[in-house]
Amino acid sequence: MSLWGILAINSVAFGGLLFLLSAGFSLIFGLMRIPNLTHGSMFMLGGYVGASLYMTWHLPFWLAALGSAAVVAAFGGVIERLLLRRLSGSILAQVLVTLGISFIVADFCLLTWTGDPISVTTPPALAGGVRAFGLFFTIYRIAIILVACAVAALLWVLLDKTRLGAMIRAGVDDPEMARVVGIRVSRLFTIVFCLGAALAGFGGIMGAPVLTVYPGLDTDMLPLALVIVILGGAGSLLGSLVGSFLIGFVYNFGQAMFPELAYFVLFLPMVLVLALRPQGLFGRHAS
Amino acid sequence: MTATRAALVVALAALAAVPWWVQGDYYISVASQILIYAIFALGVDVLIGYAGLVSLGHAGLFGLAGYAAAVALAGGSGHFGAVALALAVALLGTAVFAALSLRATGIGFIMITLALGQILWGLAYRWVSLTNGDNGVGVATRPMPFGLDLEVASHFYFATLAVFLLALSGAWVFVHSPFGASLKGTRDQPRRMTALGYNVWLIRYFACLFSGLLTAVAGILFVYYTKFISPPTLVLTSSAEAVLMVISGGSGTLLGPIVGAALVVIVKNVASAYIERWNMLLGAIFVAIVVFMPEGLVPGSVRLAQWALKAIRPPPAPAGGSPPGRAGVP
Amino acid sequence: MSLKLNRRKFLAGTAAVASTAAFPMPSIAQAKGVKLGLLCDKTGALAEGGFQMEQGVTVYLKSKNMTLAGHKIELLIADTGSSPAITKTKAQELVERDKVDVILGPLAAFEMFAISDYIVQTKTPTLCLAGADDLTQRKPNPFLTRASATSSQAEHVMGDYAAKVMGLKRVACIDSDFAFGYEQQGGFQQVFEDAGGKVVKKIWAPLGAPDFTPFIAQIQDCDGVHQGFAGGAPVKFMKQYADVGLKLPVCGGETAGDDALLSRFGDEAIGLVNACPYTIDLKNDANDKFKALMDEEYLGIPGFYAASMYVTVQVVEAALHALHGDLSKPEQTVKALRAVSLKDTVRGPLHFDHFGNAVGNMYVRKIVKEGGKLTNVTQKTYENCSQFWTYDEAKYLAQPAYSRDYPPVKT
Repeated sequence: MSLWGILAINSVAFGGLLFLLSAGFSLIFGLMRIPNLTHGSMFMLGGYVGASLYMTWHLPFWLAALGSAAVVAAFGGVIERLLLRRLSGSILAQVLVTLGISFIVADFCLLTWTGDPISVTTPPALAGGVRAFGLFFTIYRIAIILVACAVAALLWVLLDKTRLGAMIRAGVDDPEMARVVGIRVSRLFTIVFCLGAALAGFGGIMGAPVLTVYPGLDTDMLPLALVIVILGGAGSLLGSLVGSFLIGFVYNFGQAMFPELAYFVLFLPMVLVLALRPQGLFGRHAS
Repeated sequence: MTATRAALVVALAALAAVPWWVQGDYYISVASQILIYAIFALGVDVLIGYAGLVSLGHAGLFGLAGYAAAVALAGGSGHFGAVALALAVALLGTAVFAALSLRATGIGFIMITLALGQILWGLAYRWVSLTNGDNGVGVATRPMPFGLDLEVASHFYFATLAVFLLALSGAWVFVHSPFGASLKGTRDQPRRMTALGYNVWLIRYFACLFSGLLTAVAGILFVYYTKFISPPTLVLTSSAEAVLMVISGGSGTLLGPIVGAALVVIVKNVASAYIERWNMLLGAIFVAIVVFMPEGLVPGSVRLAQWALKAIRPPPAPAGGSPPGRAGVP
Repeated sequence: MSLKLNRRKFLAGTAAVASTAAFPMPSIAQAKGVKLGLLCDKTGALAEGGFQMEQGVTVYLKSKNMTLAGHKIELLIADTGSSPAITKTKAQELVERDKVDVILGPLAAFEMFAISDYIVQTKTPTLCLAGADDLTQRKPNPFLTRASATSSQAEHVMGDYAAKVMGLKRVACIDSDFAFGYEQQGGFQQVFEDAGGKVVKKIWAPLGAPDFTPFIAQIQDCDGVHQGFAGGAPVKFMKQYADVGLKLPVCGGETAGDDALLSRFGDEAIGLVNACPYTIDLKNDANDKFKALMDEEYLGIPGFYAASMYVTVQVVEAALHALHGDLSKPEQTVKALRAVSLKDTVRGPLHFDHFGNAVGNMYVRKIVKEGGKLTNVTQKTYENCSQFWTYDEAKYLAQPAYSRDYPPVKT
């Protein structure tokens, strides 16, 4: 199987996974201006919870995925209402609290699930692969791509076509004005934070059959989410999507083509892009 | 005024007397470590608290200085030369860092500094001919200034204390200087400052350089302290830790980073001997600080102290002729 | 999952007991007590390995009622946090504050290097698990004894087996981009190529890479794969390797198919060949007892980390016998430790070379599925393997240390 074929498929699949990871972060940061540094831990938590639901309690995979999204969403809601709500505008306190929570979550996961990695079996309906055009396509990775696109489409419909979406967009553009117009911005914030957390948790379990779930998954994935959101521009769904696939490609082809630069393949381009265009590729205003 | 002066004198005396009231070489070494990280945190605070710029790449500069010193020493250089080289390399690195990072502010600045820190981390791993990769570089001996053997824990502590006081004074002068005032101006009202004719970029640039200098000093002390440096020193979580020290202690103050550094060092090194889940403890402490003292431990404690004092002191007698309702306005 | 929680709680309790024991003792002369300090990772990326180290040590001590050679043992456990800086601080804590006689551990090479000079300076006999080759080769540490193996020791064996038994001719090597990876691959490559094989490519995945697929994709033009991933990465690797659709035989080092990790693999690991100084199916009294103890205390299957530390404490016990409990002269302690020669240990016979590194059996195993569970079955036992394989020691030491570029890939 050709090198470029594998890389191309994996770029798209990894990009899909990254979209699930970063879309939530982008929403939260775009609307609430909160850098949710707990996001990586939410991804990991979703992976662990989903793994337990699927592997130990034998729920069907799709149910386990929705279940872990719900658990992480609930967790996010608790954090938002109890802690983040009173910190609006205070970015330093938000950084402190989200990092502090990520420490707690990471240690909690170590305590509950031990330090061994958890290999989540690919659900049998999506296991195996097909050979076509001289390439080997893992069905599950194709599934990730489709699910990511479906989620992207759902989010687009939500943001563009529903009233809730209009309110969210209003809140992103001008929270003060939104309040004046009568939008319950604080309730909106909770909904958006829960949605972002749910996306992260969902991404965690969706990614588990590919990445496995292990201590350190949160710190491996968080920088990727940050890179994508910065490149794509916070609050921009299209930006997240394009950014995710872009990073998917850079990660796969960059590592293969420049093995000597493996440690820098993501961050060098990022520095270049930001140095030239600080608001990212799709951001609307310079932050 | 006198209360603050008295507190300062007491604090200074306590710091100077550490080898006497702290039992055991081990804990004296922990005290040295607190001071080293306090200098690092001060450097980070110059940017976060006074310039309004959060950097997630400062562990890279910290490590850059440490590596430069360690590699120079391993190459046969004397201590003076190694320290000079390390400061020069770190300042050069900071100059490049700042030039790139200041292209953006806010989240863009955070991200560029994160990326640059990660690049330095990767270089530490990959440039094996220079850095020895993840096997790290060891430092054989500590310097012997004025014949004082710094291998002895209390002697090293005094040397570190001297450098710390120097750094702290430098930072104090910096923030209370006209330059410091203009820096705070760029933090609070960058547009107005530009309108007034200040070169905001240049002010921030110099702040970055000063921050890098403090960080480099801490990095050099660190490598003399542990006598070893390896790539994990530059990892992203180290940068995040420095930021956490500043925020938890209280950004925009000089005492805050010191308190924050003490908190993190003590939990990581001392509490971890008694509490297995010390990571959770540290996280919980941060969350508690945000809940009860979101501006940081130091400003929060000052606020608490003022509140307590007000509650204890009897209300001031109204001065003759002052209209009612005016009392209590500061 | 509930079983795991109980195990964890038990260990937390044990650790709590151990750490209360770490409270500074009053300075009453300890008549015959011996203090052992264990440096292991209880938190951080290597937490599971550190955990297993603790299990191996405590299970041995408990089976001997915390008494070795007639002397009461006090065990102090310090968490290195998978960080070299914290490892150094904890080593200082154990030596300066707690005044331990011997240090056990640490696990990782980067942690060991952080304290290497320190243990020489403080003359603290140390028995580490970390495999960094040069610590018992070109830069030997005079206070170090290693009852586990160098990073390349088992890989020499793997190289020989891959060429002579598996019949591989062209192998692609893939590993994590750090010293442990370099030393493993170097050991494999040298012996494999001397036996007639050829390493066609060496692929390095940076630390922290969540997805190995772009690296696996570079495996081309070969008839076998050799990997040396450690920690939890072997599980991820085998999964992603299968997902790419590759069916080439895979062989690996001591961490690739660790017995304690097997329950985490899926069926994609069946057929993985790996070489390790310890094997679960070694049939002798010591190993039977060890497995029973581990099952009873921790409901767990031991692997290389637990077994190495179990043997390490056994070595300490033998040295204590020889010294009649007198650990006051560190140089004598090290001499006694290195002079230990045991016949019946969980890894088979064991003695040390003059650098203090273990000489013992290496087992080549294959992962099979038995009774619905994955397990290792020994295919071949290589006896009396030293860190130099069959090479002349002087010649071996004269060649460069294994690194990213040595041995080079010959085009």
